[in-house]
Amino acid sequence: MKRSTTSADRSHRLWAVAFWIAVWQLLAMAVGQRVLLASPLETAKRLVELIPTLEYWRSILFTLGHILAGFLAACLAGTLLAALSARFGRIAELLAPLLATIRSIPVASFVIVALIWVPSRRLSVLISFLIAMPIVYAGVLDGIRSADPQLIEMARIFRMTPFNRLAYLYLPSILPRFATSAGVAIGLAWKSGVAAEVIGIPGGSIGEKLYRAKIYLATPDLFAWTLTIVALSVLCERAIRALLALAQRRMEGR
Amino acid sequence: MAIQLCEVSKSFDGKPVLVNLSHSFPDGGISCVLGPSGCGKTTLLRILMGLLEPDSGRILGLPGRCSAVFQEDRLIEHASALANVRIALKRDFPAGRIAEALSAVGLADAMAQPVRELSGGMKRRVAIVRALLSDAPLLLMDEPFRGLDRATRERVIRFSRPLMAGRTAIVVTHDPEEPAMLGGSVYEINAPSA
Repeated sequence: MKRSTTSADRSHRLWAVAFWIAVWQLLAMAVGQRVLLASPLETAKRLVELIPTLEYWRSILFTLGHILAGFLAACLAGTLLAALSARFGRIAELLAPLLATIRSIPVASFVIVALIWVPSRRLSVLISFLIAMPIVYAGVLDGIRSADPQLIEMARIFRMTPFNRLAYLYLPSILPRFATSAGVAIGLAWKSGVAAEVIGIPGGSIGEKLYRAKIYLATPDLFAWTLTIVALSVLCERAIRALLALAQRRMEGR
Repeated sequence: MAIQLCEVSKSFDGKPVLVNLSHSFPDGGISCVLGPSGCGKTTLLRILMGLLEPDSGRILGLPGRCSAVFQEDRLIEHASALANVRIALKRDFPAGRIAEALSAVGLADAMAQPVRELSGGMKRRVAIVRALLSDAPLLLMDEPFRGLDRATRERVIRFSRPLMAGRTAIVVTHDPEEPAMLGGSVYEINAPSA
């Protein structure tokens, strides 16, 4: 029953995707200039040309590695700071204005300032870290604060070990919120990380390819790389959500 | 050493719940606390657990550790009955003894199931076993046998008595039969307005 519902959902989604691709094709035909708007067919053709090249995969590996490094560092730092904030109210107070500022500063401002301090090759690590960390922090802190207070009292009375408190009281509350925030954070890490690469232009990155596509007015290239970024971002988000859902099922013994 | 309440008072939002309560709970004995709803029985237990501070008065002779059956079951819903008891005990507590205790209260076939799949009465028995197997010298129980049918309650009390022997146990109850079944003394609290 569940499977048929899922495939029905999927066919609905495919129908909508097909509709918007058709709209894109019609618009491209109406504009009639590939420099202004590459059609889906031209984009697909360029993508098919790019996929077998070593350069395509090298660029993907470069950007994927840097963005994942920034994201993972954000998960570690966000979780650690959330744990400290939950334990010591002063740390939460101290971090609040800093994280609010980070959240509201435009990515471009970060990139320009960071370029003074960080080599352009490492820029996307720093930027994706800065964008993802406050989101992960907020999710984990909310998870810790939402742990059942009655169970916390029980753990205190029975002097449960810190490991058991974490595993049985806090993780069930943290994991669903962490999954949601990590899903949002990885998407934003991709957006901001690639934007940083476009400004910093580190050699061999996807950002550099986007920049060159812009310079040479190679719109099909721009669209093909953009499709690649969207696909990678969606894949990363799904992989993270699937891993965390698996962890949650294991933890709950389902 | 007996646990002595010396003029203990507690109020919530200006509404008195316990007023100048003085009593001595005998060391190593079972004391059953009876009284009408709202007279502060649960508040008294929470003060003895160290979860609430009295507004005034003193408590003497409280040991450093206690175990408890709360008014609610307070179990980890996704964990098994076995795991719920195990994580509340010391690491070297033999797993076989937990299984024996759960079997003794009629949970032999259910001990590996997640607690969320158990009935209310079964969950209550898990909470009772968890408190009784702890080696804390003070046992605080808030209506521990609530929701158990008569036969099950008698079975659980038969199982409980040897484990309560020699420990100071304070049991809040509404049932006037329970003090006799447990072999405990009675301490009645009146509502503050009375």
